[in-house]
Amino acid sequence: MEAVAKSDFLAKGESAAKPLVLWRPTAKTGLMSWLTTVDHKRIGFLYGISGLFFLIVGGIEALLIRVQLAVPNNTFLTSAQYSEMFTMHGTTMIFLVVMPIGAAFFNFVMPLQIGARDVAFPRLNAFSYWTFLVGAIIVNLGWFMKDGAPDAGWFGYAPLTTRTFSPTHAIDMWVMGLQLLGVASIAAALNFIVTIINLRAPGMTMMRLPVFTWMTLFTSFLIILSFPAITIALVELMMDRLFGTNFFEVSNGGLPILWQHLFWIFGHPEVYILILPAMGVISEILPTFSRKPLFGYPIVVFSGASIGLLGFGVWSHHMFTSGLGTVATAAFALMTMAIAVPTGVKIFNWIGTLWGGHLSMRTPMMFALGFLWMFMLGGFSGVMHAAAPADLQQHGSYFVVAHFHYVLIGGSLFALLAGIHYWFPLMFGRKVSEFWGKMSFWLVFVGFNATFFPMHFLGLEGMPRRTFTYDANMGWNLGNLISSVGAFILAIGIGVYLVTLVYTYYKGEPTSRDPWDARTLEWSLPNPVPEYNFRVIPTIHARDGWWYEKRHEQEVARESVEHAKAEDAHGGIHMPFQSVYPFLAGVGIFVGAIGTAVIDPADHSLYPGFWGPKIAVTIAGGAIMVVSVFLWALEGAEGTHIHLNEDGSVKGEDPHAGYAPRH
Amino acid sequence: MSSDAAAATIDHHFDPTTSTGIPNKKILMWAFLASDCMFFGCLISTHLIYRLHPPPGTLPARQVFSIELTSFSTFILLMSSLMMALAVNAIQKGNLRSMRWSLLTTIFFGCIFLGCQVYEFRNFVYEKHLTITNSILGSTFFTLTGTHGLHVLVGVIWLSGMLLYSFTGRLTEKQAIDVESMGLYWHFVDIVWIVIFTAVYLLEYI
Repeated sequence: MEAVAKSDFLAKGESAAKPLVLWRPTAKTGLMSWLTTVDHKRIGFLYGISGLFFLIVGGIEALLIRVQLAVPNNTFLTSAQYSEMFTMHGTTMIFLVVMPIGAAFFNFVMPLQIGARDVAFPRLNAFSYWTFLVGAIIVNLGWFMKDGAPDAGWFGYAPLTTRTFSPTHAIDMWVMGLQLLGVASIAAALNFIVTIINLRAPGMTMMRLPVFTWMTLFTSFLIILSFPAITIALVELMMDRLFGTNFFEVSNGGLPILWQHLFWIFGHPEVYILILPAMGVISEILPTFSRKPLFGYPIVVFSGASIGLLGFGVWSHHMFTSGLGTVATAAFALMTMAIAVPTGVKIFNWIGTLWGGHLSMRTPMMFALGFLWMFMLGGFSGVMHAAAPADLQQHGSYFVVAHFHYVLIGGSLFALLAGIHYWFPLMFGRKVSEFWGKMSFWLVFVGFNATFFPMHFLGLEGMPRRTFTYDANMGWNLGNLISSVGAFILAIGIGVYLVTLVYTYYKGEPTSRDPWDARTLEWSLPNPVPEYNFRVIPTIHARDGWWYEKRHEQEVARESVEHAKAEDAHGGIHMPFQSVYPFLAGVGIFVGAIGTAVIDPADHSLYPGFWGPKIAVTIAGGAIMVVSVFLWALEGAEGTHIHLNEDGSVKGEDPHAGYAPRH
Repeated sequence: MSSDAAAATIDHHFDPTTSTGIPNKKILMWAFLASDCMFFGCLISTHLIYRLHPPPGTLPARQVFSIELTSFSTFILLMSSLMMALAVNAIQKGNLRSMRWSLLTTIFFGCIFLGCQVYEFRNFVYEKHLTITNSILGSTFFTLTGTHGLHVLVGVIWLSGMLLYSFTGRLTEKQAIDVESMGLYWHFVDIVWIVIFTAVYLLEYI
C-alpha cells in the first residue's frame, strides 16, 4: 500500500517503481528470439518469408486451374474443387502474397529510408504480424478439414455466402480469416503512418522522403480507410451466419447489392494498396540504375496521392452490370478514366528518369523495366473497362482476368520481385548471380505473357470466368492450351527465382556496403544492418540523402562525430525490450477464431443451456487475448540504452530499465 | 536541462523527440479514429439504406423507440465527456486525486449509459418484440447500437484499468498522454453516439 500513499504526489522519476512484468524474454537467437522479436527488420523477414511461402501455395492453385482448363471437357478437377481453387487462389495472392511482401518492404526498408531506429510502436508491429499469420492459417484451414476450403470467390458475394447456400464452415473460416487480416493490416498501417510522420531524421522533410516511403504512407492511409468497409461487410455476413440476422436475407428485406457496394468500397482501394508499394519500389530502382535522380519527384508524389484519393470514388465500376442507373454509371465511368491521368503521369516520369541515363541492366532493373511495360498494357485494358458500354460486354469474361493479371503480376509482382533482388544485398550481404537472376526474369516474362495474353482473345470471344470447363466447339481450345503451357513456364521461372534466392542466401557472392551505388539512406548502412540501424542518426541535407553524403564526406563525418557525442550524453541509443505478449495475444486470437469459425454450435441435448464447446473455446481465446493485452500495457514501452564504439560494436549497456525517452 | 526542471514545465502539446512535435500516441489515436469513422460510417449507411426499404409488415420504428429514455442516456454520455476532459486536464497538472474522481465519474456515467442500453434492448426484445432476427430493422438497429455499446464497454474497461493503474504510482504527469489518448477515444465514442442518436432515433420523429 506504500504506492497508494505516495501516489497523490507527482512522482519525479520512474526508477522508483518496480517493473510490472512477469517475464522478460532476452533470447537473441533461436525460436524464442523470433517469437518475441520487436525488431522491424526481423518482422520484415517474417512477412517476406510468409509471403513467398504463400506465393508457392497460390501458384500451385493456379497451376491446378490451368491444368483443368488446358483441354476442353477436362475432368481433372470437379466443379466444386475448381471453385475452391479460384477462390483460394485469389484470396491467397491478394491477402497472403502481395500485401505481406509489400509489408515486408514497409517494415524492412521504410524505417531505414527515413533514418529511424525502429517503427513508432515496435510491439504493435509484432502483433500485426502474428495476427496476419493467424488470419492466413484460418483462411487455409479448410484444406485440412472435411468442410473443404472456401469456395465462393475472393469477393464472397452475399447471399451466395449466407448459410442457406454455403452451409459449411468453409465460409465461416474465410469470413473470420479476412477480418483478422484486416485487423493486422490496419494495426500495421497505423504504425507506419505514425512512423513516417514522426520518426524522420533531422532534415528529412516530407518533400525529401524517398518515393517508396511516400507510397508506404499513401498505402497505409488507403488501408486504414478502406479495410473498415470490408470488415463491416464481413461482420454483417457473420451476424447473418451465426445469429440469423437479415442483412443479406432477401426474403426478409436484405439487399444483395449492399454487399457489392461495401465489398468494392474496400475492393477498389485494395487494388491501389497492391500497386502503390510496387510503384514506390520502381521509383527507387529506376533512378539507381539510370544513375539519375527521379524525374519530376513532386509530380510522382502527388500523382500517388491523387491515385489514392480517386481510388475511393470508383468502386461502382465493378458493378456496371448491376443496374445502377445512367447517371451513377456515367459518373463512375468518368472517375475511373480520370485515374488513368495520374497513372499516366507516373509512367511518363519514369520514362523521363530513364531518358538520357546511363542504364545499368542488372536483374532488378530488368524486372523494373518489365513492370513498366506490362503494367502499361494492364492499364490500357483498364481504360477499356472504364467505358461502361464496353464493360457490359467484357464483364465476367476472361478479358477481365487478363486485365487484372497484367496489373497484378505484370505490375505488383514484377515490382516486388525487382525489390527483393534490389534490397537483397542490404538484407543478407550477398548478391544474386546475374545469370540466374536474368534467367528467372526471362522465364517469368515469357511465361507470364504466354499465360495471360491469350486470355484477352478468349475473353473477347466470350469465354466466361469461373467456369470449370468448356466445350470443344467454342473456339477456345488453342488459347487455353497456350495459356496453360505459359503457366508452367511462369511457374518454372518463379521456381528458378526462389531457388536462386535460397542458393544466394547461403553461397552467394558477398557484397560490400552500397553495391548498387544507390541514392537513398538505407544504403548508408553496413550489411547485415545492425540491430540499432544507425550508429548515429544522420542529418539529411538533400532529397537523395545518401547520394549527398557520398559527395560531402568530410562535412557529414564532422556532423556525425558531433551527433554521436550528443546522443551519448543523452543516454545512448534506446533499444526496446523484446516482448512475448504480442505473440500471446495472437495465440488468443487464434483460439477465439477457432471457436467462432470452426467448432459446431452446441448440440443442446449434450450441453444444456448457454455453454458448449463453441462458446467455451471462443471465450477462452478472448480471455487469453485480453489478459495478454493487459500484460502488454503493464509491461510498458521500456528498454535499455546502449553505447557504441566508433566501429559500431556495442561498448556498454545501461543496466537499468527506462521508459522510452519522451523529454 | 535536467529532467526535474523539465518535469516542472511539461508542454503537453509538444514532444521534442518527434519530427512534428506531436506525441506518437496522439497521432496513432487520431489515425485509428479516422479508421473507426469508416467502421461506423458503413454501419450507419447500412441502417439508413435499409430504413428506406422496409419489407411489408415491418413495425414502425417510432412504435419501438422510447425517445425519453434514449435522450436521458445521451445526456449522461455527453456529461461523461465533460468529466473525461476534466480528468485529462487534472493529470496534465499532475493532480492525481482530481483525475481519479473525474475518471470515476466518467466510468459511472459510462455504466449508466450501458445500463440504459441493456434495459432498452431487453425492453425492445421482450415488450416490443423487435429481435435481431425477426426484422431488418432489428438486425441493423441491434448491430449498430450494439457495436457502439461495445465501444463504450471497451472504454469503460480502459478507464477502469487506468484508474487502478494510477494507484501503482507509475502514472504521473509525464504519462498524461496515455490519459489524453484514452480521452480522445472516449470523446469519439460520444460523438459517434450523437450521430447515431440523430440518424437512428431522431430521424424517426421528423
